[in-house]
Formats: sequence, C-alpha cells, structure tokens
Amino acid sequence: MDSAGHLKPGAEIAGYRVQQKAHEGGMAVLYRVEPANGGEACLLKMPKLGFGSHPACYAGFDVEQMILGRVAGPHVPRLLAKGEGDFGPYLIIESIAGTPLAEYARRAPLPAGEVARLGAALASALHDLHRQDVVHHDLKPAHVILRPGGEAVLIDFGLGFHGHLPDLVEAESDRPLGTPAYISPEQLAGLRGDPRSDVFSLGVMLYLLATGRLPFGEPASAAGMRRRLYLDAVPPRRIRDDLPQWLQEIILHCLEVRAEARYATAAQVAHDLRHPDQIALTERGRRLTRSGPLKAAKRWLAALAAPPLLRKPPGAHLAQAPHVLVAVDTGCNSEPLFQALRDAVQRIIGGGPDWRVSCVSVLEPSLLTEQEEAAEIMRSLRLQRLIELHHWAQPLGLQQERLRFHVLEGGDAATRLLEHARSSHADHVVMGARGSSGLRRFLGSVSSRVAAEAPCSVTVVRV
Amino acid sequence: MKIAVLSDIHSNLEALLACLAHAGREGAALHVFLGDLVGYGADPVACLDLLADLADKGALLVRGNHDEAALGGLCADMNPAAREATYWTRARLHPAQRRFLEALPLTRRRADLFFVHASAAAPANWDYVTSPVQAAHCMDASAAAVTFAGHVHQQSLFFSAAGSVRAFHPVPGVPIPLSGRRRWLAIAGSVGQPRDGNSAAAYALYDEEERELTFFRVPYDHATAARKILAAGLPGRLAWRLQRGE
Repeated sequence: MDSAGHLKPGAEIAGYRVQQKAHEGGMAVLYRVEPANGGEACLLKMPKLGFGSHPACYAGFDVEQMILGRVAGPHVPRLLAKGEGDFGPYLIIESIAGTPLAEYARRAPLPAGEVARLGAALASALHDLHRQDVVHHDLKPAHVILRPGGEAVLIDFGLGFHGHLPDLVEAESDRPLGTPAYISPEQLAGLRGDPRSDVFSLGVMLYLLATGRLPFGEPASAAGMRRRLYLDAVPPRRIRDDLPQWLQEIILHCLEVRAEARYATAAQVAHDLRHPDQIALTERGRRLTRSGPLKAAKRWLAALAAPPLLRKPPGAHLAQAPHVLVAVDTGCNSEPLFQALRDAVQRIIGGGPDWRVSCVSVLEPSLLTEQEEAAEIMRSLRLQRLIELHHWAQPLGLQQERLRFHVLEGGDAATRLLEHARSSHADHVVMGARGSSGLRRFLGSVSSRVAAEAPCSVTVVRV
Repeated sequence: MKIAVLSDIHSNLEALLACLAHAGREGAALHVFLGDLVGYGADPVACLDLLADLADKGALLVRGNHDEAALGGLCADMNPAAREATYWTRARLHPAQRRFLEALPLTRRRADLFFVHASAAAPANWDYVTSPVQAAHCMDASAAAVTFAGHVHQQSLFFSAAGSVRAFHPVPGVPIPLSGRRRWLAIAGSVGQPRDGNSAAAYALYDEEERELTFFRVPYDHATAARKILAAGLPGRLAWRLQRGE
C-alpha cells in the first residue's frame, strides 16, 4: 500500500493478487484482482476512508457486505470473500463480464424494441432481487451490467434494504440517500423498503433509454428533487413522436407519484415489456402534454402530508401482488373442470388489489407438410384458442387490465408451460389434471411434470 | 465458537430443556445465562441443578433481580404474583442452591463481549433497556463490541449509528451480521416467560467467527410447565400467561 492509501499492483491479499485499480467512486475503490493460484479475475472493493471521508462510506460498505452475503442468483455478483487487511476492510466480489447499461444510455434514444428488451431484462433482475426481500434503492445505469447473453446484473448495494436485517443506511443519515435523477418520491420522504421505489427508478431509466433525456433532470437541491412529487415528467412521445403508445404507457405507469398507482411488481413491468400487444392503453399512453397547474397544485398540497409508514418486508409486499398463471386446455370441453379452474384462481388471488392472471393454452404444432397451408391453419387455431381463453375467463368477472392471454406453441406442453412460468415470474400455476387415466398413461402427465419442476407453487385441479 | 445466550429462565424447566436441545442442534459450544434463573415457575431446584452442572462445564452466568430476591429481602417493588412466587421459591432452595445463587456475579466479560442481566450502566439497579437512549447508556458503560442483556422479556437489537442508537426488531431464525465498525446491544428475550404474544421460548445464538447473531424462538411444552405451576399452588395467572406468551 502506498502513502495515499492505494493498493500497489502485485500486492497479495488473502490469496488474491492486485492487478490494477478498476474504479474509484465517492464511497469506495475497486481493484481488479486475480486468485494467486489461478482462476477468474474478480474485484476487490474497499471503502474510501481517511481524513474527511463521508461517515456513510462505512455504512455503505457494511450494507453491501450484509446484502451480498444474503442474495444469490444470476442477477447479483457473488461475494467470494471478505476480510480485514492492514489497510482496512475489503470484499472480494465476482467481476461481471458484459456491457454497463450506462453505455446503452449514452447511445439513447434507442429503438423501442431495444428499450423493451433492455428494460425487460432489468425488470426481471429487479424482481429476482425483490423476491429475496431486498430493495436496491440506488438503481441507475451505472449500477446495471448486461451479460453477453442479455441477462441484467445489479451491482452496488451500498444503499440497499433487506427486509429482515437492520437498516444501517437509514440509521446513518437523516437526509434521503440516493441518486437525485433516479430517486423515488417516497425515498425523498425518508421511506425505505418499498420495492415500488425501485420500479420508479426503473421508469426513469426506461425514459432515459427511450428519449435520451432524464424525466426530472439532475436536481442539485432537495427542493429540486421534490419537484417530482407534484410535477409530471414531459410525456416521452412529446420528445419523440415515433415512440409507441404502449412504451409511454409502461414508462409513465412506472413513474406515477404515488407508489400504489405504479406497477405493483417489477415482474409486471417485465411482462408488459415482453408482450406489448397485451397492454390496455389508457390516457397515460396517449397524452402529449403534462397535467395542468391545478393538478400540480393538488399534488403539491398532498405532498406536504407525511406518507403512510410502510413497515413490511419487501417479500410480504410481493406476496400481495401474485401473478397467477392458469393453463386451460380449452380443447377438453369439460365445463366442470373449467369452473373448478376458475374457482381455484379466485381463491388464490383473494381480495388483494395487485394480482395479475395470465390465461395460457398450449397449441400442438400441425402435422401437415404443406408449409403454407400449415401456417394458415396454425394462425386460425391460435386465434380460435385465444377466443376460447377469453370465453373461459369471462365468468371470472375480473378487470380486463389485470388479465393476460397467451397461446403457446410446441409439442411438449409441460416444457412450454414451465418456460412461460419462469419467464413471466409466475407465483402460482393452476392447471387441470388429465381426466382419463388411459390417456395419461399414453401421453404422460403434464401436470405432474409441471408440479415437479415449476419455480413456484402449483395447484392441480381434478374433477 | 457459537455461544447460546439464554436469559430469564424463571424456573421453567420445559422451556430451558427445549432451548438447550435447540442450541445443541445449532452447534452451540458455550452457554451464557443472563440471570433470572428462578422466580415465577415451578422448577427452581431442577433448573438450578442443571445450571450448576453446566457452570461446572464452563457455562457463564450472571445474576438477575429474581435470583437476588430468592436469597432474601422484602421484594417491595415486585407485583403480588412475583412476590408470592419469590417467597415460594425461597422455601424450596437448599443451602447448595443458595450458595450457587450468592456466588453469581453481576456481569461477565469475554473478549469483546459483555454479559449483564439488566443494563451495564448500573447492573445492580435493574433498569429496563427499552429505548435507544437507555441502550446508548448501556453500550457506553460496557464499552464492548457486543453487549448481551435480558430482563426485558422481548427480543430486540440496538446498534450505534452516526452518533445515535437505533432499535431493530429481529426476525427469528435470520442470522444478522454484526459489523465490527459499530456497537451492538442484543436483548435475548425470555426462555421461561415470553411476553410478546408468542408462547415459544426465546434465546439468541452468537457465532464468534462469522460475527453473526441469530434470535431464535423455540416452541416447548408450555402446558406441562403451566400444570406444574398450578399443582404447586402458585398464582394461576403465572400459569395461563405461559399459554399465551403474555
């Protein structure tokens, strides 16, 4: 270590050799290191300490260590080691190969399709984090890396919140902590732990990728940041008139001032970005002007009142917004089974306000050899299935904007259903059991495979 | 080493055995008892014999206000049920058990850990630590990285942050990493008389190497413990409160 407190290239720490400094931020310094006995390069992170360093540096470091030690999966870097050197505490973290989202943001505005692809990857990663009871609270392009395969990885958990651990960030500062351009209205009021705060920051990033501009600028003062509590963002289609209405609908839905008016989960954002044709467009998607001064004044007054205190862990919040996937074999024509499926769906969504139901049917590919004819038949079958799904769902009497309909194609129904359950972050799969045991013996049981391999709960209905 | 911290046993043998068995399965290698070994429950003799045996094997113990009351005095500041149970307990202690209680220190220290029944600020005053301000006094007095206390029959965790102290309500079974860059005060909860509406016995387990603290709740046979209290002729309120954790 030299006199300025920097690690020297070649130095060895707990079996890792320092290569060079990779990044120096306000709170921490990152070094590229590699295991002395060979292996993949990784990162050493140490808090930036010394005279005049911010007291939050330690808190941020503690929080990151705490949260990285508790989360897992492809959307967060792995914590490989931690320790105390003579230079202070450090973490050894997996180095993520890929492109920082900040690079995409520099090229913005991007085509709508690319915004949707990046946004869906980001929203999926975010939902995976929320499911682990963690809210990031400092989402911005610099904190997202896209792997070559397209998966998003979230980094830097220094301001994170874990629903089951002490909140060291809140304890450290009375000021709202976050990045001014991306911080959510409720974070400005000092409220932490709501996953929908991350959905707001996600909306800011989508806005940036779609328009090349930040919806609320980069305010330097607390008063400047508070403007987002009552002033709308300029509708993205005002900046870019070729932007599809569905994308504006999604972005502004994420940016709603009140958390309850936003998407309930990041999974719902991901689903809408992947299936824009299913979005029920509202005035939000069409508008070209901001709301008027009267509405702003009303919001300004409302913002004076303290927000309600939210004291439930992020996981409990998600549990109130289940995504139920119901597989309906509309070809089986059994009204008792159809009704039993509907009853099961009703029981699962209960009385909560934030559920979503995807009605899914799997279509087996046509065996016809004439390609053009086969494609035509498939098109009409797909349409017929969609109509049948809508017909099945009608007696449920549910709000249209909370329902989604998908016809999946493929010979192996179980595989297609499992893929769909995974990609749409389903919390519960409802499906019927094949009635006739002879047929089941011949074709194998779809439901038993789905029940065995699904990433969530499965209810198999039999009549 | 993993250290099981058990407080406020209050002569509840069923709860004590359940917690010791649980701690054993969790790999506890050292037991620390934070006082109030007796009072309220029907098994003071069996509990003290068991604890004396553990003390011989290296367990650390400190004294609580109920242990002191069991040795003598007027118990003027106790409620009637507690006083009745204290007098009942006194009548059952043999000289060996009295000597064991008399020898208990008010505090114990082990490396950067500190153990006390009530508050390190004035251990013999039996002050309740329920607020961040009281927790700050306690942590200042112990000058340890992690202070463990009992007395208050509810689990909580206090920690120092930017010149103040914050409170956290722990989630049972979730290990909490205790950063060495701040001070912590863990209130272990009560083994023998939980009072938070949950009848399960409470204790805490600290992993010294990982610097991780886990609060546990252990369901135990509270019906038997309550039956023994009634059979002993102790106030009925002491029995039924075990069923509800009140």
